[in-house]
Amino acid sequence: MTARPAVEIRGITKRFDDVVAVDAIDMQIADGEFFAMLGPSGCGKTTTLRMIAGLEFPTEGSLKIFGDEVGTLPPHKRPVNTVFQSYALFPHMNVLDNVAFGLRMNGVDRTTARRRASEMIALVRLSGMENRRPAQMSGGQQQRVALARALVNEPKVLLLDEPLGALDLKLRQDMQLELKELQRRLGISFVFVTHDQEEALTMSDRIAVMNNGRLLQVGTPEEIYERPANRFVADFIGTTNLLDGTVVDGSTVCLANGTRVAARCEHPAGTTVAVCLRPERARVVTAGDGTASRIDGVIDTVTYIGNARVYTVRLDWMQLRVREENRPGAAPREAGDPVSVTWDMNAVTVVTE
Amino acid sequence: MGVHAGVVFAFFYAPIAILIIFSFSGDRLVGRWGGFTLDWYREFWNNDQLTNSITVSLQVALIATVASVVLGTLSALALERFRFRGRRVFDALLYLPIIIPDVTMGIMMLVFFAEGIDVVDSLLGISLAKGITTITLSHIAFCISFVSVVVRARLSGMDSRLEEAAMDLYATRWQTFRYVTLPQILPGVAGGGLLALTLSLDDVVISQFTSGPGATTLPVYVFSLIRKGVTPMINSVSVVMFLASLVLIAAMLAVDRLRSTGSSVPSAVPGGDLSAEPAVGGHERGDT
Repeated sequence: MTARPAVEIRGITKRFDDVVAVDAIDMQIADGEFFAMLGPSGCGKTTTLRMIAGLEFPTEGSLKIFGDEVGTLPPHKRPVNTVFQSYALFPHMNVLDNVAFGLRMNGVDRTTARRRASEMIALVRLSGMENRRPAQMSGGQQQRVALARALVNEPKVLLLDEPLGALDLKLRQDMQLELKELQRRLGISFVFVTHDQEEALTMSDRIAVMNNGRLLQVGTPEEIYERPANRFVADFIGTTNLLDGTVVDGSTVCLANGTRVAARCEHPAGTTVAVCLRPERARVVTAGDGTASRIDGVIDTVTYIGNARVYTVRLDWMQLRVREENRPGAAPREAGDPVSVTWDMNAVTVVTE
Repeated sequence: MGVHAGVVFAFFYAPIAILIIFSFSGDRLVGRWGGFTLDWYREFWNNDQLTNSITVSLQVALIATVASVVLGTLSALALERFRFRGRRVFDALLYLPIIIPDVTMGIMMLVFFAEGIDVVDSLLGISLAKGITTITLSHIAFCISFVSVVVRARLSGMDSRLEEAAMDLYATRWQTFRYVTLPQILPGVAGGGLLALTLSLDDVVISQFTSGPGATTLPVYVFSLIRKGVTPMINSVSVVMFLASLVLIAAMLAVDRLRSTGSSVPSAVPGGDLSAEPAVGGHERGDT
């Protein structure tokens, strides 16, 4: 049996009057995948999600769910359900009726709908709260009701629009694990919109990074972090140092201050690039030591964060962040020390605009 | 402070008290006390023209309220939820009946009905009654605007994502309106309806122009009584109207209180109640 993609997007464009919200995107989401759409606000991720839900219709392109073209089908004819940002629970109904709503609209009889709603409420651990109104619940509880209300319909794809955005940090971390666990148990695809790169890295099987309506890169968290497709992705995912320069040859980049460093790149000589150096991949060594790839500077600040120290190193043209694990025997350096920042050739990636 | 409040209340309520007292006065002159009597109430009850005008008023008000609530709510929905060509023009035009003076509106209606009804009659081959029909139509015409304004205020305060959530949960447009939008805007709809009812029952000017020889509303009739020479019967009519509005207000407050206590306490009924019975046999989901 060949695996049909749960969602298949081809050349989807969405224009609002003159504004292009989503610009010719191609994307495939596999069945059973935890898929994140990540990007800053206004990048088109929510619009893309709403098009899958049927709340917006694409201006151009094709959108298939399990092989069926659904581009202009109204939302109630699609086998997907959505967990809305800030949940959109019906304030005039209690929890049970909120959760049973989809089943009732789908023609399931009252008794069955109530029974299945109760089961789903139990699954999200809210048993005993069936008669409460949404306004009488905490944010985390409302979040669970929203999940139950969507999942009780057994959607083939669950869409989540910034579902954890309204929760405080601790609760958010708990819900991240819980969502992941729930997705594994149900085995359906979760398509998840977030602007929080850490959340995307933690939870997703694959991440689509978007900006200005364009899809910049799709890949596993590892691919996205280790091999960012361009400068924006490198900058947006995690913290990074971007050292501007030009390509000299396949293994050398000339930095803006004239220093030549070793870096593997496929771009032709003369291309303007940036060397992407993650803080944990660089090392601070005594001035003059280190490998072929080395920049000299002075330590500006030292931040002790328990398991590591973060140094900011001032160069004459920019600042670098370097993170040093707190191992026994590591000699701490102090602000004002002249040092060299060095790295191995395979620790960096070269990106273009 | 106490004195000030007393003055204000006296200013507000003394006329009402005087009205009530003099409705029981035995003298033929409105402002002179002539011993206690219920004659005016009896005369009021036996005056066929007067009771007829009350019936007309109620009929007109009820029909006008129902019609304007439906049409006003629909127009509010259209303006708040849909983008369409001519939306802004429609929006501006809808406010017109609120702004233009009643006299102008009355004359417009008079001319329109004088010319229009005959045309409609000859086109459809029917004969529309000029009294009640024309009054009702004119009342609907100005009540729509008021209902629409009140409902729109409520709609714009409602989270439109609730409607999206309903559609996402397989509700059709109608079901979305019935089970999510309507319960949310119901206070606005009820308020608009009450406003329409009051405006219709109150209206003198427009009704004066549009009432035919056969039918008069209560306010128009009372107004004409004054021109003929006033008897304390007018006082008794006013007292009855006043009491009727008190009953309406009391009923409204009672309903309001019931509703607010109902929602702040968790429903004690196990399993709750899906505020209404959704139609069974919704829409099939895609493939399975």
